[in-house]
Amino acid sequence: MKALALKGVAAVSALSFVAASALADENANLVVNGEIDMTIRAPAPDHMENMSEVMSGWLFRSSETQALQLDDFENPGMIWVDDAREVFASESGSGGESCASCHDSPEALAGVRAVYPKWDEEHGEVQSLEMQINECVTERMGGEPWKYTGGTMVNMTALLASVSRGMAVNVAIDGPAQSTWEMGRDLYYTRTGQLELSCANCHEDNYGNMIRADHLSQGQINGFPVYRLKNAKLNAVHSRFKGCVRDTRAQTYSPGSPEFIALELYVASRGNGLSVEGPSVRN
Amino acid sequence: MNLTRRDTLLMAIGGAVVAALPMPVFAAATEDQIAEFTGGVEPGTGGITLTAPEIAENGNTVPIEVDAPGAVSIIILAAGNPNPGVATFNFGPLAGSHVASTRIRLAGTQDVVAVAKMADGSFVQASQEVKVTIGGCGG
Amino acid sequence: MAENVRPRVRVPATVAAGETITIKTLISHNMESGQRKDGDGNVIPRSIINRFTCDFNGQNVIDVTLEPAISRNPFFEFQATISESGTFQFTWYDDDGSVYEEQKEIAVE
Repeated sequence: MKALALKGVAAVSALSFVAASALADENANLVVNGEIDMTIRAPAPDHMENMSEVMSGWLFRSSETQALQLDDFENPGMIWVDDAREVFASESGSGGESCASCHDSPEALAGVRAVYPKWDEEHGEVQSLEMQINECVTERMGGEPWKYTGGTMVNMTALLASVSRGMAVNVAIDGPAQSTWEMGRDLYYTRTGQLELSCANCHEDNYGNMIRADHLSQGQINGFPVYRLKNAKLNAVHSRFKGCVRDTRAQTYSPGSPEFIALELYVASRGNGLSVEGPSVRN
Repeated sequence: MNLTRRDTLLMAIGGAVVAALPMPVFAAATEDQIAEFTGGVEPGTGGITLTAPEIAENGNTVPIEVDAPGAVSIIILAAGNPNPGVATFNFGPLAGSHVASTRIRLAGTQDVVAVAKMADGSFVQASQEVKVTIGGCGG
Repeated sequence: MAENVRPRVRVPATVAAGETITIKTLISHNMESGQRKDGDGNVIPRSIINRFTCDFNGQNVIDVTLEPAISRNPFFEFQATISESGTFQFTWYDDDGSVYEEQKEIAVE
């Protein structure tokens, strides 16, 4: 982390142990259930010019919030992983098939979360995991598509993330995905809204600093979907994007829009090397 | 850590203020609920430990733990909520300890209060202020 | 019954006689506080789980009264000491009259 930010934290803690206790141990390690060893710091991917290290958002949370992710029982997000397991095994759609008809078990899909969004040759576009799931639901199973950030979809992405936990995020940014990735990068650095803020203004220029009472993270998305203490439910990454853009006082793109797919690919690529953590717990 | 003279002075002043604080005085609704629980008996101190974060990242989910060895029951109150009641733990014959943890809602920075009824009919009380923060963008 | 209510409990499968065990429970529930208003300014009625109990072979471990200040998806952690094998019975009582139950067997070695 930047020297300036560290100095700021030290100054605050010298004045008040209250503030210090809100910021967790910077050297903490994240091991879930005593067995899944998460990579929460990694060398920044080569494409990132302005940063040397990428850090999981877990590192920026208070020790009380961090603790909620250490154990699957403590992590309320895992309730909906269990819900999704039932959906995975339930027949639906006109074909009378379930996810399990093709994929056997959720564990058979370990590693999938880590490489999405991903170029889809058949459709000629970069697809998010949600798009791939809906392709299965509609084209393979003959059902109605699930709402992009609705409960059924978020739960299923939580299940697929959970079986990939500990694996390194590794989205491809070259080849046919490159133009989408570049679009996402441009969006990341474009100032929007009445506040004229880009993603980078907070999450690249100021991570580690306080924005009012909140400890700014790098805005990594390796932990999505996220169980937020704020609304006590699982939140999809496009919902978070929407919230951030709204907070710049801008008109937002829609969840599932090409812009947010591109932004998701780009932001995911900024976390290449960090572990898949979803469903994580944040404030 | 490098402390300047000014920092040290500030810390000393802070410590003095904390040491001089009398037993906290709560809003009437909280006092009423404590009185209802104790039958009007003034609770003592000691023998009860309330653990809560000094700063909660979000008031919607604040982890707390209360430990009162030998307690029959423990009431938890949030003095600054619209209704101070939070929970009452009644320990049965098979309770392995008189410790319980849960997650609570706090409407803002305020005192959390725990009062335990002991087996001999006496009462003890502990409280802790929890500062509740709001997110950077309100989002 | 409120929608999508799912109880979870964690109890060790075995324990030495007289040893204290830690029990954790979590149930998915909105815990609508009665303090919130909907888009039209009308108060959303309170709808919470108001009581939680844990018993073992008919004897009580803990009996909790919940108020609206308990967070969504209520979590409890507490301890029990038992001297015989048997069944833990967990019961959550909803304002709407629903009762959610869960059992866990435990063997004393």
